[in-house]
Amino acid sequence: MNFQLTKEQEFVRKMVREFATNEVEPIAADIDAEHRFPEENVKKMADYGLLGIPFPKEVGGTGGDQLSYAIAVEELSRVCGSTGVICSAHTSLCCWPIYAWGNDEQKEKYLSDLCSGRKLGAFGLTEPNAGTDAGGQQTRADLNGDQWVLNGAKVFITNGGYADVFIIMAMTDKKKKTRGGISAFIVEKDDPGFSIGKTEDKMGICASSTTELIFQNCTIPKDRLLGQVGDGFKVAMSTLDGGRIGIASQALGIAQGAFDVTVDYMKARKQFGKKLSQMEALQFEVANMATQIEAARLLIYQAADMKERNLPYGKYSAMAKLFAAETAMYVTTKAVQLHGGYGYTKDYPVERMMRDAKITEIYEGTSEVQKMVIAASVFGK
Amino acid sequence: MAFKIIVCAKQVPDTNVIKINPKTGTLIREGVPSILNHDDANALEEALKIKDKYPDTHITVVSMGPPQAKDMLLECLAMGADEGVLVSDRAVGGSDTWATSNAVAAAIRKIGEFDLIFAGRQAIDGDTAQVGPQIAEKMDLPQVTYVQEFEIEKDMKSITVKRALEDGYEVIKIKTPCMLTAIKELNAPRYMTIGGIFSANEKPIHVWNANDIAIDLDTVGLEASPTNVFRSFTPAPKGKGVILEGDTEKEVAEKLLIGLKGKHVV
Repeated sequence: MNFQLTKEQEFVRKMVREFATNEVEPIAADIDAEHRFPEENVKKMADYGLLGIPFPKEVGGTGGDQLSYAIAVEELSRVCGSTGVICSAHTSLCCWPIYAWGNDEQKEKYLSDLCSGRKLGAFGLTEPNAGTDAGGQQTRADLNGDQWVLNGAKVFITNGGYADVFIIMAMTDKKKKTRGGISAFIVEKDDPGFSIGKTEDKMGICASSTTELIFQNCTIPKDRLLGQVGDGFKVAMSTLDGGRIGIASQALGIAQGAFDVTVDYMKARKQFGKKLSQMEALQFEVANMATQIEAARLLIYQAADMKERNLPYGKYSAMAKLFAAETAMYVTTKAVQLHGGYGYTKDYPVERMMRDAKITEIYEGTSEVQKMVIAASVFGK
Repeated sequence: MAFKIIVCAKQVPDTNVIKINPKTGTLIREGVPSILNHDDANALEEALKIKDKYPDTHITVVSMGPPQAKDMLLECLAMGADEGVLVSDRAVGGSDTWATSNAVAAAIRKIGEFDLIFAGRQAIDGDTAQVGPQIAEKMDLPQVTYVQEFEIEKDMKSITVKRALEDGYEVIKIKTPCMLTAIKELNAPRYMTIGGIFSANEKPIHVWNANDIAIDLDTVGLEASPTNVFRSFTPAPKGKGVILEGDTEKEVAEKLLIGLKGKHVV
């Protein structure tokens, strides 16, 4: 047991904190209000290596570790939840499955561009009728000679409108469903028959691009299959196991950001002749918030460390995400409350953080799915 | 031939969070993070910009300080520098600017050939702005201080700089090798890169003691330093200013005159 960060991990926190403070925070309220994807900051994140953290240098990554990646998403999300999820979805949901499941040619072709941020990634599993019930996929892929032909639609795809590379799940054998009936594919944004549909108008993470993906006889070469035919469900589930560390880190960052803003506010705001920070009833709220945040952090860092060491970590990343997401909702709701009327206005960032927090209980597996994963590992399947 | 730059950098306490003990007048260092001195970051940034343009440029960052100053050098390497040198020895502890420049100049001589030495104007903990110029004098190098704009010729033999003055600037052309000191207007220092952070350990950091740099021990350290701090104190804060208001300039001037007369200033 060693809770000390390495020098590199400390530097990652310092660097991303500075980057987030100088580049991300100043525009966070505006891009939320305008529902604008921050292309300029995604470019800067690419330049500084923030889009390929936990991958070895040989494939074009920075040579960093899972915990450094978690810290980076946390620090970005501390000031802007949208920016945090852009990094998380790209890294965990697109780079990682290619790294883990791709063959040498696929890694060669895609990873260097993705890790350097020359290209942005996304992941498509969810459909209108297949969310938590991922086995209900209606998107189909049929082999036609040397090509796969995809038909169907995906919804709620993070980075959808700006991604260049998509990991797409599609049914290749309807009878087998999740037991070998789904396959994973790499789709490029310019592939014939592929288009971006509706962009969602969301409650929070408004600067993140969440779109529909449409496949109408989308034709891709045979070698775009990721893994073997029928591996798709395993690809998706293993990807989401890791993605949960990213989303948990996003939730943690949102909670920490709301907490920090609230502590500063309480030191300045006076009522009844004294500062809010001097009132015991409010101090106790803050103590609870601080404790939950720290507990979430430890769960996340543990899961990241286990993933780094190739230990089975699925249960732990599910616990981390469940707890961090609930912490984010709890802390941001309290943060708004402690700000009083001001907290409900857009003059303060906590209302944005509260809206951003909610999604962490829903995407990359709802809190209910996390409980299913945890319970399954407790009782066995 | 590759262009060789030496950047002088100092690890300093972050003055944004520092407090002064009102009784002793000294800095309270406990719990204060140490950072790369701001002006030195500008010097490094300018060196890195040369390296961006001419990738075979070699940047060595040299510093003097306690062993933990190695962290600051690691940070410089993570920003893109190639090599670090730390002069660290109890014998050089407590050096003033004269003694420090003796030690740093000796370290630079040991490093060997270079085309340019870039330092920050001054460190935020001492504010003397003397070490850079003293190094140049002791190494018999031409120097330009307060550099706010920098341009190097393609042949890398001469540099044109804008030197900030209180009421304007000078444009100076200088031949390499030379010594420049940077001010914050020169550029905006980059962050470390993630890739740089995970490669920094692969780059060399040399830690040298007084012996390694072959320095005469009578020229370094507290004893050898001609400057002694006589007393340090926190100046009493000035009283609040008064803003005079009125509908016309004449009315405000009248109020001002009354006030000044009341204080027997006029």
